[in-house]
Amino acid sequence: MSAPAYDIAIIGAGPAGMAAAHEAVNVGLKVVIIDEQAAPGGQIYRDVERVAMERRHDLDVLGADYKYGYGLVDGLQASSVTHLAGHTVWQIERNGTVWCSDGKIAKQVDAKRVLLATGAMERPVPVPGWTLPGVMTAGAAQILMKSAGMIPDGPIAICGSGPLLLLIADQLVRAGAKIAVVAETTSFTDYLRAAPHLLRALKGADYLRKGIAMRRRLKTSGVRIVSGISDLRITGSDKAEGVSYRVGGSVKSFAAETVLLHQGVVPNTQATRQLRLEHIWHEQQHYWYPKTGQNGSTEAEAIYIAGDGAGINGARAAEAAGRLTALEIACSLGKISRADFDLKSPPWFSELDHHQSVRPLLDAMFPPPKEILNPPDDATLVCRCEEITAGDVRKAAKLGAPGPNQLKAFLRAGMGPCQGRMCGLTVTEVLAAAHGKSPADIGAYRIRPPLKPLSLAELADMETGDGDVTLASPSSGP
Amino acid sequence: MLRRRHNDGKVVKITIDGEAVDARAGESVAAAVLAHASGATRTTPVSGAPRASYCMMGVCFECLMEIDGEPNRQGCMVRVEEGMSVRRQQGARDMERAS
Repeated sequence: MSAPAYDIAIIGAGPAGMAAAHEAVNVGLKVVIIDEQAAPGGQIYRDVERVAMERRHDLDVLGADYKYGYGLVDGLQASSVTHLAGHTVWQIERNGTVWCSDGKIAKQVDAKRVLLATGAMERPVPVPGWTLPGVMTAGAAQILMKSAGMIPDGPIAICGSGPLLLLIADQLVRAGAKIAVVAETTSFTDYLRAAPHLLRALKGADYLRKGIAMRRRLKTSGVRIVSGISDLRITGSDKAEGVSYRVGGSVKSFAAETVLLHQGVVPNTQATRQLRLEHIWHEQQHYWYPKTGQNGSTEAEAIYIAGDGAGINGARAAEAAGRLTALEIACSLGKISRADFDLKSPPWFSELDHHQSVRPLLDAMFPPPKEILNPPDDATLVCRCEEITAGDVRKAAKLGAPGPNQLKAFLRAGMGPCQGRMCGLTVTEVLAAAHGKSPADIGAYRIRPPLKPLSLAELADMETGDGDVTLASPSSGP
Repeated sequence: MLRRRHNDGKVVKITIDGEAVDARAGESVAAAVLAHASGATRTTPVSGAPRASYCMMGVCFECLMEIDGEPNRQGCMVRVEEGMSVRRQQGARDMERAS
């Protein structure tokens, strides 16, 4: 076998991946970045180039923090990085081989090191009615603003918790959308719980100032914000017609054509799970994150992780982590010395520290509510693909299903097209509660290749072999 | 239902269930379908329940559609192209079409 064609294959062109690519190229490494989207930016800076160039009116709505990403995208495009846009990775091997497809032909990419910069996804929010058309994640609404300049027509209910909830509400107001209510599950006790972390968070006072300003702006623009809600339900038969919730002992309801749900973001662990890396349970935020060592290294010599995929810290922290991990990889390949690393890394360590300082406060202030983690209503759908309810999972637990993987044999939960992305965390929590164990002891779905479905035709036409991958010509349909 | 804040984008002509629709360059197929009509963008294979795009970033698989004859494509991961034919899937994918 000849030497791998690339020094690093970076999976994901979000802030961590773009910054890592930039840093790696600067120290003379040969880099390929593989990304599922048509344009670089990840979800946070999605389509930022097109918006900055052609859609100024949307840029004004999305704000300065979004516009910031254009610098990263521009830098990536000006570099010598091979960018495989629109390529879905469906298998990664511990030796550095990555398998991907552009939707027509599968490809093999060989690299000495793989840097996973696969980021985060929004925590699924299983409440009664969450599968109705008209219900989507708050992030989905933001993606529609970024990628298509679209906003929901008709009244919107925005429900859940977390900093992103208010940001998206603020952007929607500026975009001219009609908001019926912003209903937060966050309560006064959550703020009290967060208070001890305030001192450290002051290092990231810019985040706090932005949060306070956002809330004030929403209130002055007349948006109804309610805090401390519970028992959220979405009403409607063929599509969402409204929401109801409990607050201060009484039940309130609002008509809404669009319901946006959000309960924070969690690492997308499909790739790290498929690699059989060790994962740790985050007790406060109730998510899994892969165990990493020095500057994003893992137990597998060729595999590194940077950004929110290694634990949620936000886009700017991801960017700093991406740079540090790229330098660590350069060090491991002998491209730079440890002394060079120590010379180049300090600004990125201090960036990382600055952007991480607010995280303990946010983690304490916005815990996912129990009723989202373990839906109390037996009829609530947990697995959207196979249509398995919380009651079904509890029944299977009683019949003896000890963990998520055995549950597949009982119910097919997690075996639909999303491959457990939407139900994995909930299934773990429901089983943990049913068995009186901790989620860490219950474990998670085993993830197998392909990471995303691909057709036999894509496999049959696979380009294997050594050397650089050939860039697909602009597609013109099958 | 979704609406475009501005209609100044380049028009891309597609069909949705046979009906001619003006989408805009750069939009995903899922976005174009959401802007075309409210309600379900597919029905499920298990119970026939109505569903629509949930995450818009490729993780939920709720926007599975038939695009240019190929079933089970993630509508949020494919950009509209001139002349594209999009069908909302009813129940399981059609094996006849898939072959």
